[in-house]
Amino acid sequence: MVRLCVICNKERAIVKRPKTGQQVCRECFYYVFETEIHNTITDNKLFKQGDKVAIAASGGKDSTVLAYVMKLLNQRYQYGLDLFLLSIDEGITGYRDDSLETVKRNQQQYDLPLKIVSYSELYGWSMDQIVKEVGLKNNCTFCGVFRRQALDRGAVILDVDHIVTGHNADDIAETVLMNILRGDIARLPRCTEICTTGDGSIRRSKPFKYTYEKEIVMYAYFKKLDYFSTECIYSPNAYRGHVRTFIKDLESIRPSAIIDIIHSGEAFEIKEGVKLPVQGVCKRCGYMSSNELCKACMLLEGLNRGLPKLGIGKNFK
Amino acid sequence: MSSLIKVNLTFSGGVELLFNNIKQKIIEIPSTINPPKPTTMKDLILWIKDNLLQERSELFVSGNTVRPGILVLINDTDWELEGELGYEIKDNDEIVFISTLHGG
Repeated sequence: MVRLCVICNKERAIVKRPKTGQQVCRECFYYVFETEIHNTITDNKLFKQGDKVAIAASGGKDSTVLAYVMKLLNQRYQYGLDLFLLSIDEGITGYRDDSLETVKRNQQQYDLPLKIVSYSELYGWSMDQIVKEVGLKNNCTFCGVFRRQALDRGAVILDVDHIVTGHNADDIAETVLMNILRGDIARLPRCTEICTTGDGSIRRSKPFKYTYEKEIVMYAYFKKLDYFSTECIYSPNAYRGHVRTFIKDLESIRPSAIIDIIHSGEAFEIKEGVKLPVQGVCKRCGYMSSNELCKACMLLEGLNRGLPKLGIGKNFK
Repeated sequence: MSSLIKVNLTFSGGVELLFNNIKQKIIEIPSTINPPKPTTMKDLILWIKDNLLQERSELFVSGNTVRPGILVLINDTDWELEGELGYEIKDNDEIVFISTLHGG
């Protein structure tokens, strides 16, 4: 029994789309996958002609597919974008040094300029050194906070207008649930925004906001894209891991659950009169912050003073 | 009578880490692991768990199927189109397991 593609009705179907349940052939899969991302980009007016855009590239599946698709759409639809690859070297031996090799290959394959900025040069500390200091309990906090700023700083060095990241629909659904579970009202509305403006005027957006992880991996598989997949040697983020497993379980029962959670997050409204933290700037480094010192400066101060717990957990507020 | 069938396995996207970093392996299994029924994907997954899996089996199997988040392709087709656990394995089938759970 041969299942035909529901789009062209000619070729044999090879993928069942999680978002729609459609069975599609290889060529139609490529077409709908790419076109949906193009539509997300144009519906949300993410870019304008002449924009300089940095693709945050880790060498993993999402950013590898993002770099490939951005390059392709930029040519196909003449966005007129100047594209760059921007990578962060956290300084994790045996993990990031390997994945950066993948990014360097991508640079050749896609013919895009690459800039790598390291935690060592930005902060004076590599993740290997930080782990020696703080152990394996809170290291992911350091890494996450530092990475966010590092991308912005790399973008300043490259003088780009815009950073695109490979966050996919599954990631965003995860973040929505995590913010609900933690009661983080301030982050909840922000986390579903497709485009945010952070420090200065650099915009940051997620062209894969509505793209399922399954389709990204299938796309990479059929296109034989070269990506790196190993777990970070410093244990994965446990809390996110639980939520992730939960989302995958939901997806296996009802695939639309992922997009439904994103829509719920988008529809979330805060009652009038609820006080939210005011976004200000860090008095030390000028980065956006809702406290006097931004979290990165707080963490750095702890590291430099030999009090690495400073800025971690409840004491921070 | 049960004969042996050859199956070409591929592990990628990070699942290979559970198999001693082996990305490809050709195995020979009985055409009827559970006589009289022909060997199915369900039988194959349990066979892999018992015979090939090196560590942390909960990262590969969950109940009697693969853990959600691991994609399966049968001869380059999404197994969701091939009957998943009920698919009957044939000689020279190519089965691919890809983890989507590793960082991007």
